[in-house]
Amino acid sequence: MNKKLTRQLYSVPYLLWIILFVITPIILVLYYSFFDIEGNFSFVNYQKFFTPVYLKMTFSSFWYAFLITVIALLISYPTAYVLTKTKHKQLWLLLIIVPSWVNLLLKAYAFIGIFGQHGMANNILDIIGVGSRQILFTDFSFIFVSVYIFIPFMILPIFNALDELNPSLLDAANDLGASRWTTFKRVIFPLTIDGVKSGCQIVFIPALSLFMLTRLIAGSRVITLGTAIEQHFLVTQDWGMGSTIAVFLILAMFLVMLVTRDRKRGL
Amino acid sequence: MTDQQIIQFKNVTKQFGDDQPVLNEVSFEIERGKFYTLLGPSGCGKTTILRLIAGFMEPTSGEIYFDGKLCNHIPANKRQVNTVFQDYALFPHLNVFENVAFGLRIKKLKNKVIEEKVRQALSFVNLGGYEHREIKEMSGGQRQRVAIARAIVNEPEVILLDEPLSALDLKLRTQMQYELRQLQRRLGITFIFVTHDQEEALAMSDEIFVLNKGKIQQSGTPIDIYDEPINRFVADFIGESNIVKGTMIEDFRVAFVGQQFECVDQGMNKNEPIEIVIRPEDLAITSQEKGKLKVTVVSQLFRGVHYEIIGQDAAGNEWLVHSTKKAQVGDQIGLDFEPEAIHVMRFGESEEDFDRRLEAYAEDDERE
Repeated sequence: MNKKLTRQLYSVPYLLWIILFVITPIILVLYYSFFDIEGNFSFVNYQKFFTPVYLKMTFSSFWYAFLITVIALLISYPTAYVLTKTKHKQLWLLLIIVPSWVNLLLKAYAFIGIFGQHGMANNILDIIGVGSRQILFTDFSFIFVSVYIFIPFMILPIFNALDELNPSLLDAANDLGASRWTTFKRVIFPLTIDGVKSGCQIVFIPALSLFMLTRLIAGSRVITLGTAIEQHFLVTQDWGMGSTIAVFLILAMFLVMLVTRDRKRGL
Repeated sequence: MTDQQIIQFKNVTKQFGDDQPVLNEVSFEIERGKFYTLLGPSGCGKTTILRLIAGFMEPTSGEIYFDGKLCNHIPANKRQVNTVFQDYALFPHLNVFENVAFGLRIKKLKNKVIEEKVRQALSFVNLGGYEHREIKEMSGGQRQRVAIARAIVNEPEVILLDEPLSALDLKLRTQMQYELRQLQRRLGITFIFVTHDQEEALAMSDEIFVLNKGKIQQSGTPIDIYDEPINRFVADFIGESNIVKGTMIEDFRVAFVGQQFECVDQGMNKNEPIEIVIRPEDLAITSQEKGKLKVTVVSQLFRGVHYEIIGQDAAGNEWLVHSTKKAQVGDQIGLDFEPEAIHVMRFGESEEDFDRRLEAYAEDDERE
């Protein structure tokens, strides 16, 4: 009896959190999405979403998020693998994680300095004789900075998965005739796929709704769903349209989670 | 070099950095079709020998021959050897069938052949019908069998077993000892089994290598090693033993605890200091007058099959006795033993000298 009561008591903060910061906002977003800019109930926002302008925006959001995730994965997997082989792996891991504690905006401003007309990147290009060029406000700088920001979040779950891998499994594969590549393909990768999946989730979903970087680094050349939401709420004051895009973004997130969720064998 | 020989170690040393070598100039030969056991305490180098044979590491110096060919630098995946790991190392993402089929799939055999071989290997270890189970649904003993099936399915020349029974409970362990021994006989492949459990080693092996501190102390059949331990370490490690200092007065006469006894050992210097071993089961309880040794019972434990009695003689030596007869703590009793029960060990005798001395007795026996 008493135990049950304390357990219920302990769950109060969690329930409050979920109700106040998850359920209520989603309901509000859904509610606002059914009002046009004049405040009349209508489905016009949903109709507008399926026009080429917004569909293109959705497509480019997905495309950039996909690129960012794939590149981050290609860099993170080998990095995490090397980290697990080093002597002071926790220290090296920490050094990679530390920059992620710095505020996103500060990092973005730092990159404006580095990639700017007279920034370090252009100075180096000058010195090696390539000549300075426009780096900031390009697709390249947008993807570069996004990948840089997301890499720690990708490395961490992959590192944990690799670190938990029983080393005698690798010996066993080797013993049974597997070359290093076969061992990777048949043992290491399948056993760390869950780490890869959660890494992709952590990167792909936020990358879909990136908005600050699109303006600061990509100079509004890249317009993602996140940017569109921000513009509607803060600039055009069309809360209805902003909410509608948010609804689709939420749907997309659930979809991604559904695709990448862990499917434990035998359960 | 005979055809029978499959593995040969020649002065093999393995050293990590500047530490004491894990293996120090070890030489031995392994013959086809026998069950070998590497026995020793942890850190004696037994697992290192296994890893060297498997190809997971290379020796610092010395040569390893496999089937007459030098194989120091041949990687593990190119060797005709399979290992059963201590923690089984089964692939958790694959089911029983795919675990066993792993090696065959790498060899790119036809599906039909793989299926047949896997089924056969699983039935060999009494796991027919478990093909589609997941590894985590299997018990410890069953996982053990899967690991063995995964090794034998590749039809290797040698199977290495790294303390494979240590994680099982006593009953299952005894059962698996029988099964492993039978399996080895049926398959006729060489088994090299690593353990720190001397009973396991005695029960299963054709030949035992007793290792300590990176050196082979003694090799021989279980009976040889149990009956004629070469030194204090082996006597102490294999079975329980009473070890006391003594003097070899002359051939067939040995003195210890201030008395002289008839024995069966010979070929040593006169008055050479030696150590003698008497196994606890070779000591029989009698009355004080009849006993060769007179001791006071210090403690007694009931062990099921026998009583374990510790007696102390006048000189303060403790004597461990295994007897089906009961004694009373504080009693004065006599201990009797046969001359054959006394095993004499010389200090610092090498294995070659030891073997030569034992062979000399045998020749004498034949002449008589």
